[in-house]
Amino acid sequence: MAIDRRDFLKASAALGTLGALAGCTSLSTAHNTGPKVIIVGAGFGGATCARYLKTWDPKINITLIEANRDFVSCPFSNTVLAGMNELGDLTFSYDYLKKTVDSFVQDRVTAIDSIKRQVRTAGGLRFDYDRLILAGGVEFQFDKVPGYDETARRTIKHAWKVGSEQTGVLRRQLAAMPDGGVFVMSIPKMPFRCPPAPYERACLIADYFRKAKPRTKVVVLDGNPDIVVMKQLFLTAWKKHYGFETANSIIDYRPDNEIHQLDAKKMIVHTNFDDITGDVINIIPPMRAAAITELAGARASNNGHWCPIDYRTFESTIVPNVHILGDSTQSVFPKSGSVANNTGKMCATALVELLNDRWPDNAPVVTNTCYAASTDHTAFNVAAVFRYDPAAKNMVAELGGSGISKQESELEFSYMESWAKNLLADSLGLPEGYRYTMKF
Amino acid sequence: MKLFAALALLLVSTLCAAAPETLMTHSRVRFMAANCAYCHGPDGKSRGSIPSLAGMDKNHFVSRMKAFRDGTRPNTIMTSHASGYTDAEFAALGDWFATHK
Repeated sequence: MAIDRRDFLKASAALGTLGALAGCTSLSTAHNTGPKVIIVGAGFGGATCARYLKTWDPKINITLIEANRDFVSCPFSNTVLAGMNELGDLTFSYDYLKKTVDSFVQDRVTAIDSIKRQVRTAGGLRFDYDRLILAGGVEFQFDKVPGYDETARRTIKHAWKVGSEQTGVLRRQLAAMPDGGVFVMSIPKMPFRCPPAPYERACLIADYFRKAKPRTKVVVLDGNPDIVVMKQLFLTAWKKHYGFETANSIIDYRPDNEIHQLDAKKMIVHTNFDDITGDVINIIPPMRAAAITELAGARASNNGHWCPIDYRTFESTIVPNVHILGDSTQSVFPKSGSVANNTGKMCATALVELLNDRWPDNAPVVTNTCYAASTDHTAFNVAAVFRYDPAAKNMVAELGGSGISKQESELEFSYMESWAKNLLADSLGLPEGYRYTMKF
Repeated sequence: MKLFAALALLLVSTLCAAAPETLMTHSRVRFMAANCAYCHGPDGKSRGSIPSLAGMDKNHFVSRMKAFRDGTRPNTIMTSHASGYTDAEFAALGDWFATHK
């Protein structure tokens, strides 16, 4: 007689202990009949949410769908541009995460039916869910930058999602620049992913030029009226290390300079005020919530660019049973890896309550921490504690509990290193004793 | 069944509305402690130069946090974080890390 897999699983469940005896997670998890949670996107938000959800309530059946084979860290990717690390040093396997969840699927989601509560993938798979979590980060609005078309994108990189086609190419372009050349970078208007990162990029590339080709310049075209975060710390660092506001300044900072036209052939960037020719051009385009949120109909607030949520659960206020994490949300939080990591746990905390017919916490407290490097051995931070105000239905930064470093320091650079290691370990489930190859 | 669920929800939400926002539920403290992980490591076990919190003596934890908040320890990133919590939360977190080794 033929015994199919389903019958076998039933039989083993009846025996009860087989899964435990054999230590065979694939059998026991395949048979997990608990509430179904699908998480799309294994970045800092989705991966962390999956790990904590499974730790806190193992009976929840978690399917994690991720398009990429490996995880590559955006934090520290500016050090790749500066030649301090290779992309391989920032690349991590999903193997540890795969062992945690019930099912890890390398695929792309192509359709979401929020009425039937179903998800379909490019690979032809279909999944039912009780709760769907969308953690897709951001998508770029290339059409908001005239001239930044497909042809231009072959040579003009954003390097705002990390990878060999972006960060890797930009690093090679920087390395090939002549001494005395001009590097032009363009920053979009807020909100965008990782607010300190453009200014850190200017620092670390200036630091590289200072050592490797000292007559080379960094022109920063900022679409914002001013440096958007840690302004005094960045200005002080620019003056101290890169001659800012002197005739020999490596960094040329131009606020209120939103890009209006890119001419990739002639390598010219046009703004309201300037036409700047660059040897290498790096354009960070305006951003909005990942396309996956549009598939669910959850991208609505702020001109349809971001996803409004209930802070207590991270459930979309538009589409029931769909939760939005990280950079895609319309929120008071900065779009940081730390926030994605912690709000992944916040959503997991709420889901454990909801899926057990309990009410979620009415006043959670959550933190953010951002570090930025000012040179290859100094850094500073900004940090905040947020508390939910049930009356205002809003997250409020605790007045005392937010602040920035007094000055850059080597100690903070070592803390930044520790933060990166712990953030990666916490999000991806890297085991104790994991050997990092990042150089600091 | 649906009616029961609705009644249960009503009951819970009524309880919840009555409960003080400072209530230290297991779920809240567990999340609050997990907040620390991106710098202090998963389960409070650090992989870098930032100290581990797992197994830390409660009194030591609470006095450190108060010193960061009051400014009697040098201004580090912990001054920003410590200033965002109440004394009751320091105590609950102290208990958590002392008992999770």
